[in-house]
Amino acid sequence: MKIAVNKSGPFTHAPSSVSRTMALVLAALLPATLYDIWLFGWPAALMFLVTVLSCVGLEALCLLLSRRSVANTLTDGSAVLTGWLLAMSMPPWTPWWVCVIAAIFAICIAKHAFGGLGQNVFNPAMVGRIAVLVSFPLPMTSFVAPSPLFASGSPGFLDAFRIIFGGSHGFDSLSAASALGHVKTELSRGIPVSHSLADIPDFTSLVLGSHAGSFGETSALLILLGGAFLLAKRVISWHTPVAVITTLLVFGTVANLIDPARYTPGWFHVMSGATMLGAFFIATDYVTSPVSKAGQLVFGFGVGLLTWVIRTYAGYPEGMAFAVLLMNALTPIIDHSVRPRAFGRTRKGEPLPLNEESK
Amino acid sequence: MKLFPIKGGIHPEYRKELTSEKPIVALPIPSVLTLPVQQHMGAAASTVVQVGERVLKGQMLARGQGFVSAPVHAPTSGTIVAIEDRMAPHPSGLPMRTIVLESDGKDEWAELPAPIADPFTATPQQIRARVAESGIVGLGGATFPSAVKLGLGDKNKLEILLLNGAECEPYLTCDDRLMREYAAEVVDGALIMARALGAPQVIIAVEENKPQAFEAIHNAIRTKLNVSLVAVPVQYPMGAERHLTQAVTGRETPARKLTADVGVVVHNVATARAVHHAVRHGKPLLSRIVTVSGLGVVTPNNIEVPLGTPVEALLAFCGGLTGEIKRLISGGPMMGQPIPDTRVPVVKGTSGVLALTAAEANERPTQPCIRCGTCVSICPCGLVPVEMAALIRNERLEEAAAIGLRDCVSCGSCSYICPSYVPLVHYFNYAKGRLNALDAERRKTEQTKALVAARNARLERVAQAKREAAAAAARARAESQTTDVNKAEA
Repeated sequence: MKIAVNKSGPFTHAPSSVSRTMALVLAALLPATLYDIWLFGWPAALMFLVTVLSCVGLEALCLLLSRRSVANTLTDGSAVLTGWLLAMSMPPWTPWWVCVIAAIFAICIAKHAFGGLGQNVFNPAMVGRIAVLVSFPLPMTSFVAPSPLFASGSPGFLDAFRIIFGGSHGFDSLSAASALGHVKTELSRGIPVSHSLADIPDFTSLVLGSHAGSFGETSALLILLGGAFLLAKRVISWHTPVAVITTLLVFGTVANLIDPARYTPGWFHVMSGATMLGAFFIATDYVTSPVSKAGQLVFGFGVGLLTWVIRTYAGYPEGMAFAVLLMNALTPIIDHSVRPRAFGRTRKGEPLPLNEESK
Repeated sequence: MKLFPIKGGIHPEYRKELTSEKPIVALPIPSVLTLPVQQHMGAAASTVVQVGERVLKGQMLARGQGFVSAPVHAPTSGTIVAIEDRMAPHPSGLPMRTIVLESDGKDEWAELPAPIADPFTATPQQIRARVAESGIVGLGGATFPSAVKLGLGDKNKLEILLLNGAECEPYLTCDDRLMREYAAEVVDGALIMARALGAPQVIIAVEENKPQAFEAIHNAIRTKLNVSLVAVPVQYPMGAERHLTQAVTGRETPARKLTADVGVVVHNVATARAVHHAVRHGKPLLSRIVTVSGLGVVTPNNIEVPLGTPVEALLAFCGGLTGEIKRLISGGPMMGQPIPDTRVPVVKGTSGVLALTAAEANERPTQPCIRCGTCVSICPCGLVPVEMAALIRNERLEEAAAIGLRDCVSCGSCSYICPSYVPLVHYFNYAKGRLNALDAERRKTEQTKALVAARNARLERVAQAKREAAAAAARARAESQTTDVNKAEA
């Protein structure tokens, strides 16, 4: 009897797969997503759906255009994840056309123009977000105050359609600034950080998430829970998130100690904006971050440092997305220069010297 | 004993329970045995028998050629019916010189070399000579001639003989059963090997998932002062020579060196038992223990198999196959080789014959790499498989070699774990083979160039000599003419 010999070993395989990894990440995002749908009401739910469905639809279109198998590739879940993360990073009531344009940048330009899954240099969700942020700053910084589902004054299902698809701001929403945005604006008016900090949501609110901000970023606690789930499932390792958060905390705290009027404290950097989402879900993106653990530490440090620099000195209140994209560009260099030490070799790649004592 | 961590590694599904409680049974000698003249690393042996000749059990059929080689013996008595090229038990299925022995059913022993009465007063050279003439090779699967490895003590000052009972490959239980059932023979063989090596200390390493084997060895070493036993963690590839050395002694073998350079030599437990038989009883290596397993085989078992037994006879003894199988493997599922045809024989390196169903093999189409980096974190050699594979895909082999391709031991951990089912080891094996071929080609070209240069130099020398001779002749003629003229003038 003859049996195929067309392959080298191993002849057994772990029960792992790309779609399993993607599904675990989606599961980790679910608590924060459900909470924020509740917090920001029907319009947020609609915005979320529009963004995710645009990404999936565009992925299918790109696959068709490049004559690849649509069914096989769509089921890997990567387009859903990109859309999901993109939606998480948008203001909750973003109009539909902004979402669709962001999806075009994310899927068609950042991902498929580079060759599809695994080939993109930049994080697709962050490319989508940044493209619409710099193009349409108004809708991208129109944050709303929480208006939970079914609460009085919360827009109903039909109102939600008008808000997302109507193009009018007919609904009497309560606009609000994000915490980072508020501090930055006040500072530009000459009001020291130490004063403006008094107006931002308190620590408990930052932890639980009941404050204005991007759709998926408000609850530090739920994002952290999702991150812990990914760590427990070994989808991600601690290196990137710990490096991002520690760097932000250290730079924030030290600068704040030096000049509390100018610099926001470290804990505020960690608890607000996209820090948690960025550290656990964005900076840990496999495709666009280094493959080695040491490389991930360097990458995480870079993301943390750049985020702090942009938040502190640049025009934008939030810098996570920019920081991630800048570090994405450095990933090939990090991978090239930070490699694990090979067995029996020095860090430089030379064979270990023979230790005469050990003989 | 204090252990040292090794980097990376995986925890595959072991499925050892299929055969771990099956005692070793002897396979009845098949009517026809096919014995390839090369069942080891190094040069093929050359046949010393003729077609039609009657041979006895234990008689040498082919003699080792050169330093790294091993002889082949008759596993039973009978007649040599053919010496011809037959399909080798190798994935290539290429033909190899094979001695075909028809058993006469008498199993009549030849006159064996006398036992070495007291190996511990014998010289290391005597022991090595006996091991060499007994055809013993590394039975863990590497099949390197053991006598050569036992000579490492000549050049290096060795401290430890590390006996490898880790058996980290899934499914395989042949070493487990061997340690349980023949612990005394294993320990005695190890002590003889230590004597041949000049190593004062023996350490036997067993993975923690084999408590009965551990217990059996523990009982067997009670009265031996210089033998210790250590349970190493269950972590593939713990049984890799360099990694086991590091785990047990903390010594990291430098790249391109041998474990002997750090004072340690590693031998497999089954090899130790074979040495015991060769030295104490004069018996050459005629059989080995094979684990026949996998969900594709009806009754998985551990079997003592005469070398040269066709795989199909072995499978038939185990009740045949259950149905459709995906892969038939010689060795373990991680580092084993596919068997091209069930007619090929069991040879010295066949530690297992695995009939794997599609569910066990779990093969899926390759998807794009998502750079998850798992292959990097689990690589026990500290390499970056994802990057090497990307370079090899683009035929940039030298660059892959520059980042450590040659340090890869093909353990298969990266391929096993890859969520995109990228056949990383397949790429590496391809690149290693291609680089070796390119190296050989380059050496050949250089040799040719050197020969051409030498020839040109020689021709030039000849031409020069001729020119000089001609010049000398011309001078001589000129001088004689001058003389003639002078004479004439005079």
